[in-house]
Amino acid sequence: MYKYILRRLLQMIPVLLGSTFIIFAMVFALPGDPTAGMCGERPCAPAFVAKFKQEHNLNDPLPTRYAKYMGNLAQGDLGTTFRDIKVADELKQRYPTTAKLAGMAIIFETLIGVIAGVMAGIRKGKFMDNLVLVSTLFVIAIPIFVIGATLQYYLGVKWGLRPVTVSPQATVNELLLPAFVLGSTSVAYVARLTRTNLVENLRADYLRTAIAKGLTRRRAIGLHALRNSLIPVVTFIGADFGGLLGGAIVTERIFNIQGVGGYLFTGIHNRDGVSVVGTVTVLVLVFLLVNLLVDLLYGVLDPRISHD
Amino acid sequence: MRGTTRTVAMVAGISSVALLAAACGGGNSDKTTSSSAGGKAGGAVTVRGCNPQNPLIPSNTTETCGGNVLDAITAKLVHYNAETGAPENDIADKIESTDNQNFTVTLKKGYKFHDGTEVKAKNFVDAWNYAAYGPNAQSSGYFMEPIEGFGDTQCTGSGDDPCAGAGKAKAEKLTGLAVKDDYTFTIKTTEKVSNMAVRLGYSAFAPLPDSFAADPKAYGEKPVGAGPFKFDSWTKNTEIKLSKFADYSGKFGGKLDGITFKIYQDEDAAYNDVIANQLDVTDQVPSSAMIDAKYKTDLPDRNAAKSVGVIQTITFAPTKVDPNYADPKIRQAISMAIDRDTIIKQIFNNTRQPATGWVSPVVDGYKANQCGEYCVYDAAKAKAKLDEAGGFKGGKMTLAYNADSSHKGWTEATCNSIKGALGVDCVATPVVDFATFRTQIASHKMKGMFRSGWQMDYPSIENFLAPLYKTGASSNDGQYNNPEFDKLINEAAAQTDPAQANAKYQQAEALLAGDMPAIPMWYSTATFGWSTKVTGVKITAFGTIDFASLSLK
Repeated sequence: MYKYILRRLLQMIPVLLGSTFIIFAMVFALPGDPTAGMCGERPCAPAFVAKFKQEHNLNDPLPTRYAKYMGNLAQGDLGTTFRDIKVADELKQRYPTTAKLAGMAIIFETLIGVIAGVMAGIRKGKFMDNLVLVSTLFVIAIPIFVIGATLQYYLGVKWGLRPVTVSPQATVNELLLPAFVLGSTSVAYVARLTRTNLVENLRADYLRTAIAKGLTRRRAIGLHALRNSLIPVVTFIGADFGGLLGGAIVTERIFNIQGVGGYLFTGIHNRDGVSVVGTVTVLVLVFLLVNLLVDLLYGVLDPRISHD
Repeated sequence: MRGTTRTVAMVAGISSVALLAAACGGGNSDKTTSSSAGGKAGGAVTVRGCNPQNPLIPSNTTETCGGNVLDAITAKLVHYNAETGAPENDIADKIESTDNQNFTVTLKKGYKFHDGTEVKAKNFVDAWNYAAYGPNAQSSGYFMEPIEGFGDTQCTGSGDDPCAGAGKAKAEKLTGLAVKDDYTFTIKTTEKVSNMAVRLGYSAFAPLPDSFAADPKAYGEKPVGAGPFKFDSWTKNTEIKLSKFADYSGKFGGKLDGITFKIYQDEDAAYNDVIANQLDVTDQVPSSAMIDAKYKTDLPDRNAAKSVGVIQTITFAPTKVDPNYADPKIRQAISMAIDRDTIIKQIFNNTRQPATGWVSPVVDGYKANQCGEYCVYDAAKAKAKLDEAGGFKGGKMTLAYNADSSHKGWTEATCNSIKGALGVDCVATPVVDFATFRTQIASHKMKGMFRSGWQMDYPSIENFLAPLYKTGASSNDGQYNNPEFDKLINEAAAQTDPAQANAKYQQAEALLAGDMPAIPMWYSTATFGWSTKVTGVKITAFGTIDFASLSLK
């Protein structure tokens, strides 16, 4: 077990190096001079451009720049953006907010998704099953910004039941609605995954044996069938968590949440390569760790999957 | 039983009377606050902000996000009137000149910086020298250009570092600035400048305290000005807090105790917060609320719109880059082929005002209809004009725009209008983003027509002409060159009487109609919305909130 974890941690190093280099190369290969739009609708003075390029190592060839960047990164320095703001300071403030939002969204989708999936699965072909299938199809079909803007307008602006936007403190109460919106599409996927797997496992020989041995239906489904059905769901949720961290751009904009998604977007928009690479590096790291956690969870859910 | 019934009836009676009284009171107070700009003293407001892109140094801030904050915390020599845009003395007691080249500035006594030190003449001179000096690389350094000795403070080298070796700036200080005593200094300009006082209200000309020179970086994090509000805190990407400066001795302080700029990524979110009374003022109304003037029903009696000093134009690539548009008749034909009114109605929901010249109506010296018949849509005349010029030789016309902002709609509509009137194919061509777009224009690689906008630096007719159309000027993207125009601009600058200076500028502007270096499209308007808690919301000529008149009800 510990050997396995150690091996996985060591494997992360080449992945991290490779992915950061690809991102670094891609971001800085984008056309356009980052100073061109900095002085309003006019070109910047040559001295300004020169100082800017020198401060941000823009004159060095790409491999040298990457080496310098990684050297700083190894010492825990994520660099300063083109606007002279430390990336680490930004991320320290933004990651907790986004993590809170993504975590709450995950709780929503797991709770509602699994319960709906189980209810549909055990009554296959009945009303409940059809209801879940149709309603999830409906949610998947609507773009997330429509759900977000509609709920914001009715619950926030019109009826005043929820705060319209999220304050800088980003309290749990304020994040309830955005987290619900963010998790809504995934709820549908989780419900459908749970249902399909449960239906399949309900037909499995081991379940028939368990019931024949005299186990109650509730215990047979809850302990045996559901546990085996959850493996694909856990995989999905793990991947989804990483996606939610970086991909909550739309939800963050609608509710004005100062999180990672919006930061990434403005970074790309402003040609601010340093902030993009810094954010993504941390994202890659989180993604790898979450995936490791998911792999370890497999062993818990199904003891036949061993990590030794 | 009877007793009980009576009591109930009486209670109901009292409460309905009370309700009636309350309703009357509410109605009355609404009337008084909306008709007069009254409102009570004190209290704090929250307004929409955006994220400043640079550390907050006045001479290094060219964008509105940081500019709005700096405007509230700095006091300048002059202050622009919120309604007319005319300069009014703030720190300056008087600015005198007999020849438009030598200016003597006298300061009022008693102005203090937020750190307690007094504002003296040297604070201005040092700040301006810092802004001008090339190696300091300040983005607003060009504002100092008219002052004598500016050329020597610039780096002259080329390549990676223009300040290295022989390219080093010859002088650290502007020779045109001299401190006479604590409250007097003089400005000498290289050429005559007719509107010096108007220019001095821009934040690049704000005085800096002595502590600035010691650590400009720390200053950028927590700027110290001499204005009515002092800087309290800045949570990056979240909010900026300002509070009233008790020792401010000027007259533009207003009634507020505090201002919070809440930073939004999206104007829709800010707008929704205003409707729900969770934000006090937004200076942007999203396009979704502009459709059929929806904002007027969302925010009844809580909205306002006003023209601001921004003009949208279409510029032609320099003749040597694209000779197909060289003939002014072709340019005039294109201009006449654009149906501005219809485009404004259909694309902008009437939030623009058709341009009839090259100067915004908000500035002193504006004259209507300078473009004359060439800015009026007339398909038949346009076609005739094009035939007179011998037709268009380049095959199809192109109109470039930056695709990262919402320009697609109007550029395509404009092209369709041209196509319909002239029978020449016209294509709106996107360029990936603003940075790339500007690079292509500045390096003269862009052919055909391209969109161009101008936001004024200071409210003067001169600012809409000299920087854009004078030979070799910094923003002369089309490389327009007309000796007669240059001559008139120089003559205007020499006039000591503002009215005569304006007359000369107007003559210069009239020349543009003959050459059409750029097609005037429309002037922008700013639309504001505010909560039920505030009153006295005024929009300045720059499209910003006037904090001197804003207050709580």
